[in-house]
Amino acid sequence: MRTDDPLAGIATFSHLSPAERAVISGTTRVVQFPAGERLFDEGESADGCWLIQEGRIALDIAVPGRGDVVVQTLGPGDLLGWSWLVAPFRWHFGARAVQPTTAVAFDTARLRELAEADPAFGYALVLTLFTAVLQRLQTTRARLLDLYRGSDVH
Amino acid sequence: MSTESAAAAVESEPMVPRPYRVAHRVVETHDSVTLHLTPLSTPLPRFRPGQFMMVYAHGIGEAAISISGDPSTQDNLVIHTIRAVGAVTAALHDTRPGAVIGLRGPYGTSWDIESAARHDLVVVAGGVGLAPLRSVVLGVLAARECYGRVTLIVGARTPAEFLYRGELDSWAARSDLDVELTIDQPAAGWDGPVGFVTEPLHRLHFDGGRTIAFLCGPEPMMRFSAQLLVDKGLAPTDIWLSLERNMKCGIALCGHCQLGPLLVCRDGPVVDYRVAPLLRIKEL
Repeated sequence: MRTDDPLAGIATFSHLSPAERAVISGTTRVVQFPAGERLFDEGESADGCWLIQEGRIALDIAVPGRGDVVVQTLGPGDLLGWSWLVAPFRWHFGARAVQPTTAVAFDTARLRELAEADPAFGYALVLTLFTAVLQRLQTTRARLLDLYRGSDVH
Repeated sequence: MSTESAAAAVESEPMVPRPYRVAHRVVETHDSVTLHLTPLSTPLPRFRPGQFMMVYAHGIGEAAISISGDPSTQDNLVIHTIRAVGAVTAALHDTRPGAVIGLRGPYGTSWDIESAARHDLVVVAGGVGLAPLRSVVLGVLAARECYGRVTLIVGARTPAEFLYRGELDSWAARSDLDVELTIDQPAAGWDGPVGFVTEPLHRLHFDGGRTIAFLCGPEPMMRFSAQLLVDKGLAPTDIWLSLERNMKCGIALCGHCQLGPLLVCRDGPVVDYRVAPLLRIKEL
C-alpha cells in the first residue's frame, strides 16, 4: 500500500472519486498497536475509525464468567469503527490488537465537519461506511446460519 | 489386477460392494472419524480428487462419501472421513479397526488439479467440506512447483471441529502455502480469526485471469464464496464446487440425485459455477 494514498487499492473506498479520496486521506495518520493493546472499550465515547493495514484486531465484549468474548476479528483491508458517525457516539463493543497491528487512523471529528459542510461528500462518505457495514452484516448473517452444525446422532 | 481390469470388473458388477477392512481409525472431532481402508479382494480402481464412493455398512445401508486420500500415492489404501449424521454414517463412524465394510466406486467428476497447474489456487472449505479438498491439497503439494500462489481457507464452527488438525498445522507452517483457519463461534483459548470464510476471502487479492478456486462445504457457504469470487473477477468456469445431493445408485440409474438436467452422481459432484442458476431453484 502506498503511503501517500493509504486508501488506494482498498475495495471499500474504490467507488470514491480521486478528490473525495484525497479529502479523506488528508485526515489520516498511520498508527501502530502492539499485541494486546486495547483500542477502546464498550460504552466509551466513539471518536475513531481505522483502516487496518497489517495485523489483526478482535472485537470483544465482556461477559461475566467468560471474560472478554471475541465476536469477530478484523484484518488487512477491514474498517474498524463506525459508531463515531451516529448518535449516541458510543462503542458497542471493545477492540484489542491480537497481533502487532498497523492501521490508518481517520480524524473522525474532521470527517464529520467535512460531511456536514458538503452533503455530497457526506453522502459519499456514508456510502463508503455503508458498504463496509453491509459486508459485515452479510457475513454475520452467514455465521448465524450455523452452517457447519452437525446432527445430534452423537 | 491392473487398473484396466479392475475398472472392467467394477463395470460388470456396478452394484456389488467390494469388501474393505478398516485398517486404521482416526478420531477427528466429536462426530467425525477418518477410516483407512484396505481391500480384501480385488481393489477398486484408483480415484481422482473429488470423487466419491458408495460406502456400505453391512445390514444398514449405503452412503455416498467423498474420498480424502492422497492422489499422489500408488497404494490401494482408500481413505474416507465420515461424519455421523444418520443411521448409515453413524454405523460407519462407529466401526473399529478390523471391521469389514463395503465400497463401490469411485464415482463422479473430479477436481481437475492438472488443468489448474500454472494458476494461483484458492481452496475454500467449510466444516466437513475439507474432506474432499484434502485430496486437492495433497495433490497440489506433491507437485507444488507446478502452481502459483496457493491459499487455503478453512472454516469451522469451533476450534475443536477442524478436521485434520495436525495436518492443518503442518500446512500452516509451510512457506509455500497460505493457510487461514477461521471459526464461526467464539471460543476460549482461540486467538485466531473469528468470522465466516468469506471474510478472509474478501481480503485476498486475486488475479482474475489466472486464479482457480475449489470450494466445498454447505451449499450456502459455497454460493456466498462463489459470488464473492465472481465479484472479484473470477469467471464462473474457474470456480469449482462439490455438490451434495441424495446419491443412491452412484451410476446415474435411479435419479435420486437429479439436479435439473444433471445427475449429480455422474455429472458431479464437482461442477463449475455455471451451475449457479440451478442452485437458486428452491425445488431442486
